[in-house]
Amino acid sequence: MIARQAPSAQALSAASHRVVPSASATSRFAAPAQQRRNLATVQDPPVQRKHGGLSDQDRIFQNLYGRHGADLKSAKSYGDWHRTKDIILKGHEWIISEIKASGLRGRGGAGFPSGMKWSFMNFKDWDKDTKPRYLVVNADEGEPGTCKDREIMRKDPHKLIEGCLVAGRAMNCTAAYIYIRGEFYHEATVLQRAIQEAYKDGLIGKNACGSGYDFDVYIHRGMGAYVCGEETSLIESLEGKPGKPRLKPPFPASVGLFGCPSTVANVETIAVAPTIIRRGANWFNSFGRERNSGTKLFCISGHVNNPCTVEEEMSIPLRELIDKHCGGVRGGWDNLKAIIPGGSSTPILPKHVCDEQLMDFDALKDSQSGLGTAAVIVMDKSTDVVRAISRLSKFYHHESCGQCTPCREGSKWTDQIMKRFEKGQARAREIDMMQELTKQVEGHTICALGEAFAWPIQGLIRHFRPELEARIQQHAQQKGGEALAGGWAHTAGKEGLLISPGQ
Amino acid sequence: MSFVLIAGRWAGDFVDFIALILELQHYPSTSLTAMASKLNPMAFRSASKALRAASRQQFRPFSASATSRSDSLFVHRDTEDNNPNIPFKFNALNEKLMKEILARYPSQYKKAAVMPLLDLGQRQHGFTSISVMNEVARLLEMPPMRVYEVATFYTMYNREPVGRYHVQCCTTLGGSDGIMKAIEEHLGIHHGQTTEDKMFTFTEVECLGACANAPMIQINDDYYEDLTPEATKSLLIALKEAALATGASGQASGLAGDAGKTEGAKGGKGAEIKEQGRSYAAQGVKLPTPGPVSGRQTCEPAAGLTSLTEKPWGTEKFRTDF
Repeated sequence: MIARQAPSAQALSAASHRVVPSASATSRFAAPAQQRRNLATVQDPPVQRKHGGLSDQDRIFQNLYGRHGADLKSAKSYGDWHRTKDIILKGHEWIISEIKASGLRGRGGAGFPSGMKWSFMNFKDWDKDTKPRYLVVNADEGEPGTCKDREIMRKDPHKLIEGCLVAGRAMNCTAAYIYIRGEFYHEATVLQRAIQEAYKDGLIGKNACGSGYDFDVYIHRGMGAYVCGEETSLIESLEGKPGKPRLKPPFPASVGLFGCPSTVANVETIAVAPTIIRRGANWFNSFGRERNSGTKLFCISGHVNNPCTVEEEMSIPLRELIDKHCGGVRGGWDNLKAIIPGGSSTPILPKHVCDEQLMDFDALKDSQSGLGTAAVIVMDKSTDVVRAISRLSKFYHHESCGQCTPCREGSKWTDQIMKRFEKGQARAREIDMMQELTKQVEGHTICALGEAFAWPIQGLIRHFRPELEARIQQHAQQKGGEALAGGWAHTAGKEGLLISPGQ
Repeated sequence: MSFVLIAGRWAGDFVDFIALILELQHYPSTSLTAMASKLNPMAFRSASKALRAASRQQFRPFSASATSRSDSLFVHRDTEDNNPNIPFKFNALNEKLMKEILARYPSQYKKAAVMPLLDLGQRQHGFTSISVMNEVARLLEMPPMRVYEVATFYTMYNREPVGRYHVQCCTTLGGSDGIMKAIEEHLGIHHGQTTEDKMFTFTEVECLGACANAPMIQINDDYYEDLTPEATKSLLIALKEAALATGASGQASGLAGDAGKTEGAKGGKGAEIKEQGRSYAAQGVKLPTPGPVSGRQTCEPAAGLTSLTEKPWGTEKFRTDF
């Protein structure tokens, strides 16, 4: 910002060539010298800087591939638990201002600014309230395509535990609950062991790190319900009830776990917090485009040569991410058909969008998709996209908790209709009906699962409508006539079957 | 029945309707024409129409798609091995664990421990039987219905006995078709079924959260990743051999139970990531090591590292101004 108002020759030169990613933060916001602007003027385009190519020196999760143990001693040797006491003693306002300055956005999918979220816990007169306050860490990682939190928990558990303490201090929490999905048995074991180590070392518990601040960390294992990844549902589950989301408001920050103020945050958000504070907000903010700062764990799966999980800079071009870390798409970039950029609930992107796509919250939102959890699912030309989305519909049908009617019924209908679309056993106008159906669900459910199953289908219709129509025509040719709406054979009426009128 | 209802339509008031039904019951074999003409001359005509309509097939579902049923029934039916009369008590070790679990939650919110306790019960008993649920309800002073609600909501509570190895195949991402087929071929069962020797139960599950290592299956608590159909088959053979070698029968409270795992195995994978290739033992049974079977360590690119190859940084990178 400052650099934009005070342009200099240096800034211009920085804009003209590619900046080394580890270069200082100041050159990032360099802008052309033209500053005459009034309200009607079109804004200058921001400086084009190529993102990506994060150096190892700037990677937060150094143990992502398990090169050292998950124990406390090795964690300490790589900088975890370094001067944690000083951070805690700095107080909640300082920690929150650092996180705000770093521009960290929640890594769980919605991308809400973390600093702001944390500050909601310190509402007016919070200190007069004697109730306990909780930090709940959402480790119920179940979005198809996503496998980043698992790696953090089994290889860098101390980053998470220290993050709990730091974030907990920022929100003045008394305890943290880490809600791990039940399938992650080994991850829970590793984490539990790390917690015990930390307790033994006096890092958490009474007088955590010798700062006079008391903080406990507990693990709660889920038992296999995708919907428990939603924050209020997770709270319900933690309270020993079926995980059915609650209505908001009241928001968890006022009435949350056990009726006390609580905040739910993703594992990655919490785990990066201590490193951000120790290396400085500016350091973190120097990566990625404005408002999308930081580094991010990307999990790339599907039709790439080497699927992997990797930490990269935000706003890295999608193509570079795949080519550099995954050995490219199977059969080359031209063999690409589509990519789901952020886990199963984000709309699919066809190849022509993927060519120039940047991987960050805003760029993907502009492409009518989302960053979600940065789980990139790659599909090459051999993929049957309709079947892929149909499978996701089945997933959401299975995982809908059944509380709200639009989602409970809608997820079943979409699943059934998608199954027919797979075979082409449908009428072309049913594509529009499907679009309308998903639009009716969106925004009419308590939690985001409604959107989660509606968006992939909308994405499919948006980008692959010709494919759906071709399939319907193919089916019509095979059967000698287009199927009637509802999947009935075109001869159903003649056979005396009671099909609805007007067919 | 449709006849009676049609008749009821013109019968006017309720008393007449009852009278008609009584009369019909009274004269089961009376000629309908004669009787109906007594009540209303039009009765029989409309009634016979209704009868004719009823004889035609009226089946008409909302859509032509196949109905897909849920994985398992949400109701409990008493069976020989799952009824409330079978006693269940936590053993001494689990009593100790239970105390630890209860200490995690506020004392007035004891019921928050219902999920871990049900899990503990499942590990001890082999599956979450109705007795386990009742015992948990008693311990936590909850209405049993609240426990049943929880046990039916979450998919990881097996309310039916499962085999010694519970094979759960993730089918959400691509590549799983071949694995599913391999398992079905090898075990001779479809998903949702248990083999006759009670050694394997095969379930189709949703995302298991190891997508960079797909396709993968979970067997009891362990993830086997980067599978191929052949690797899957040999894994299943190895597991069966391992079980038979110890003379253990199927359904021996499952390896999912807490009975076995040696301390070393409980240590988890984190510390042993570099010790791939070494199998570990549980309940006296040697098991193939969990993790990727392709030779990858974890989630790194198979063709060699593209990041994290430099010397790791430490405290020297940190700011010193606070």
